[in-house]
Amino acid sequence: MTPVLEVEDLRVEFPTRRGSLVAVDGVSFAIAPGEVLGVVGESGAGKSLTGTAIIGLLEPPGRIAAGEIRLQGERIDDLPHERMRRIRGRRIGAIFQDPLTSLNPLYTIGEQLVETIRTHLDADAAGARERALSLLREVGIPAPEARIDHYPHQFSGGMRQRVVIALALCAEPRLIIADEPTTALDVSIQAQIIQLLKRLAREHGAAVMLITHDMGVIAETADRVAVMYAGRIAEIGPVRAVVGAARHPYTAGLMGAIPKIRRAGTARSPLVQIEGAMPRLNAIPAGCAFHPRCSKSFDRCRGERPELRRAGPNLAACWLYDERPVPAQA
Amino acid sequence: MDLRTLWQHDLAYSFRRSPVTIAAAVLTLLCVGGALLAPWIAPSNPFDAASLDLNAAFAPPGWSAQGSAGHPLGTDDQGRDLLSTILYGARISLGVGLASVLLAMLLGVMLGLVSGYVGGRADAFIMRIADIQLSFPPILIALLIDGVARVALPAGVQDSIAIPVLIFSIGISGWVQYARTVRGSTLVEKGKEYVQAARVIGRHPLAIMLRHVLPNVLGPVLVIATIHVATAIITEATLSFLGVGVPPTNPSLGTLIRIGNEFLLSGEWWITVFPGAALVTLVLAVNLLGDWLRDALNPKLR
Amino acid sequence: MTSAPSLLRLEGVGRDFDVSRPWLNRVVEGAPRRLLRAVDGVSFEVRKGETLALVGESGCGKSPLARLIVGLYAPSRGRIEFGGVEISDPARQAAAAPLRRRMQMIFQDPYASLNPRWRVREIVAEPLLVLGLLKDKSDIHERVVELLRQVGLAPEDGEKYPHEFSGGQRQRISIARALSGRPEFLVCDEPTSALDVSVQAQILNLMSELQARLGLTYLFISHNLAVVSQIADRIGVMYLGRLVELASADDLFARPRHPYTRMLLDAVPDLEMSGRARTPVAGEVPNPLAPPPGCAFHPRCPHANERCRSEPPKLIAHGASASACHAVEEMRI
Repeated sequence: MTPVLEVEDLRVEFPTRRGSLVAVDGVSFAIAPGEVLGVVGESGAGKSLTGTAIIGLLEPPGRIAAGEIRLQGERIDDLPHERMRRIRGRRIGAIFQDPLTSLNPLYTIGEQLVETIRTHLDADAAGARERALSLLREVGIPAPEARIDHYPHQFSGGMRQRVVIALALCAEPRLIIADEPTTALDVSIQAQIIQLLKRLAREHGAAVMLITHDMGVIAETADRVAVMYAGRIAEIGPVRAVVGAARHPYTAGLMGAIPKIRRAGTARSPLVQIEGAMPRLNAIPAGCAFHPRCSKSFDRCRGERPELRRAGPNLAACWLYDERPVPAQA
Repeated sequence: MDLRTLWQHDLAYSFRRSPVTIAAAVLTLLCVGGALLAPWIAPSNPFDAASLDLNAAFAPPGWSAQGSAGHPLGTDDQGRDLLSTILYGARISLGVGLASVLLAMLLGVMLGLVSGYVGGRADAFIMRIADIQLSFPPILIALLIDGVARVALPAGVQDSIAIPVLIFSIGISGWVQYARTVRGSTLVEKGKEYVQAARVIGRHPLAIMLRHVLPNVLGPVLVIATIHVATAIITEATLSFLGVGVPPTNPSLGTLIRIGNEFLLSGEWWITVFPGAALVTLVLAVNLLGDWLRDALNPKLR
Repeated sequence: MTSAPSLLRLEGVGRDFDVSRPWLNRVVEGAPRRLLRAVDGVSFEVRKGETLALVGESGCGKSPLARLIVGLYAPSRGRIEFGGVEISDPARQAAAAPLRRRMQMIFQDPYASLNPRWRVREIVAEPLLVLGLLKDKSDIHERVVELLRQVGLAPEDGEKYPHEFSGGQRQRISIARALSGRPEFLVCDEPTSALDVSVQAQILNLMSELQARLGLTYLFISHNLAVVSQIADRIGVMYLGRLVELASADDLFARPRHPYTRMLLDAVPDLEMSGRARTPVAGEVPNPLAPPPGCAFHPRCPHANERCRSEPPKLIAHGASASACHAVEEMRI
């Protein structure tokens, strides 16, 4: 079955007067229909930019310098603006972090939903309104007939995010890109929204690219997860395997650094600490981008950049997992 | 910061890339330099009554048939060399312009800081005065203050005190824009956590205003001030043109324009045109510099 | 722990904010004054050497409470005592000043909590100068270097400006500043919420280490129960301005009593992927301007009865922990 989304060797650059900064460097992955792929990473890892590049909303001077993006087999990275605009919204739905700015404060949510529906689907006013109502019901807005004529500011944060999800689903997209959809929400609401997103994606058969820095959200929602570091994918695999038994030293460090609720009776221990910080775009180390902070690095890591290779059920960009015998630690 | 890093700084980079700005800066430098060095580079001192030669009056510019090299831009009705009067006049114009901007800036920044940080009644009071003043055109305010000074001060003192009064009136007419901008920025900075941290440490409110908030709100003030210099020079020129600015014994560019105006239609055009051109050049150059500074310092455009 | 003396004590502390529309609008529209009860009747104590955490979601009042404690504004009701002396009375601020010097605060936003125009050494030395602890320039310089090393930075970093540092490093600078006056008590308002996970781990480890080394007492505010589990001895749960549960960390996680606490715990994502059963969460935090009558949590509570809808529950101790819930008191749950 053709994957809904295929990204091959994507490279996003920002030309500056001091040279080109590479923010996304050779990223490749695919998402199957109905699958939720989590893209997780810390700030500066390039995960949001990857999503933005796919939707085609990269702000100049940022540009896609290399690679291909294919939606249902068709290339979309080199399309003219007008064509991309039609695909965006119809075949790709987007959910961003801040529900406050994702909705236009001057129009009722009904007007915004109907406008999107009528732009992308062949529907008359009454039919579009019907569809909007059923979407609102699906996302769990109570009393949708009354609330459809309300303005965004009349909704709470969680409710607004539900409306944004409804808006993303309007035109029956094949792919939904969600960039930090729950970060601005309270913890108790986060759980509700995650469940909703997962259920709706399954019911509508849409694939989801879920971008977040929160491993917890990934663990609850994703089928597979890609861990990004300094613009590259460090590890990618089934969520259980990456979260439970990470192969790449960075992923392992990350999982160890996440505080967990202590079980009664166990003593408190310091969190796993990865020394240093993610390198800035103008100072990405040669070879493996993580090697200066890696306790397991050796000579090869400093000189050669590792590609993704098999590491158990996952793929990891790490020389520890080379088919050839690994030289003694330097 | 050594010179190399200064040159490579974002501001310097933006400056280097704009030929218009470089030209404006050069022009401003020429005008300011000329004005400052007037006593040394002017062909003659036009205000030394002894050196005046009425026979040389109304001489046309140096390149025309009846002109002479000694008076490259001609002379006025009293025989004063026009180039010299322009240089000295520019001195007055620039001096009054800069001094009044300084006054407006000091007053406005101070009031804006207090208004924004202290808030409450002080804020309401200061802002109401600002609103009231804004309903008057600045020239009117300057005229008002000037007029009151003329009436209030004894006749003998008037001339010698005319320039300080002028500076005062133009300065007072312009403080509001600084106060408003600084008040807005102060309100923003006040809400930031570094100010709260200073309060938790126990810093005195005055110290917080001057040492913490002030350095962070000065940026836009610089831009306003640069453009305000141009406005102040024009205001002074206007007042002098109307006859209520500097005394005629110490003419500024505006006075010169007024003097020359009378002779415009009788053929001695140079007496008003050259000072006029000088004024326009000076103001234009300062305005362009101010424009560049505002765009260069605007983080959103970068 | 129970034998340690109480360092900070709050009794019935409350704070209202006037969020009425401007006077002119009110007069013309005939609108009433609106009062926001950000903190309502909170009482607890923090013992010397321990870490008490306050957790809650938006609108629960934990941030205003932190600011009340350090004196950024005065409480509308109630009493705050530090070292046995009242510090909340606005009329007696002079007497309170020497006690206030023993407490400091660390803020959430690493980008707004350092003055961008000051060098790091000036920022870190400010408490020393204000409190008049050191006068000699070389003494001050030595102390600044000592502090920078303590938080894991280099002495040369003192010459730099805040924008040259990352978020995690800036929080270290904030910690150094807070420690320079040798305080006993630190109020930490979500110090790691704006940081990446790996950086958060560094800062949490640093804070634990400093606490052990310098004998500090922490009031740690967070919305993240997992973070709090890492660092807290006792935990207070807040909802809509009120304290709804107070217990030791072990107790809270093993036997959460208040229905809101249980809901919060259920909402924490399951990283162990144990597939444990979770009660679905219901509803959202109500508008703080119009809190529900009686128990503020009753609209979302599966165990609410008539009494819950009319009578606000008091914080009642059950052994070493306390909760404000009628159902718990009546032993219904």
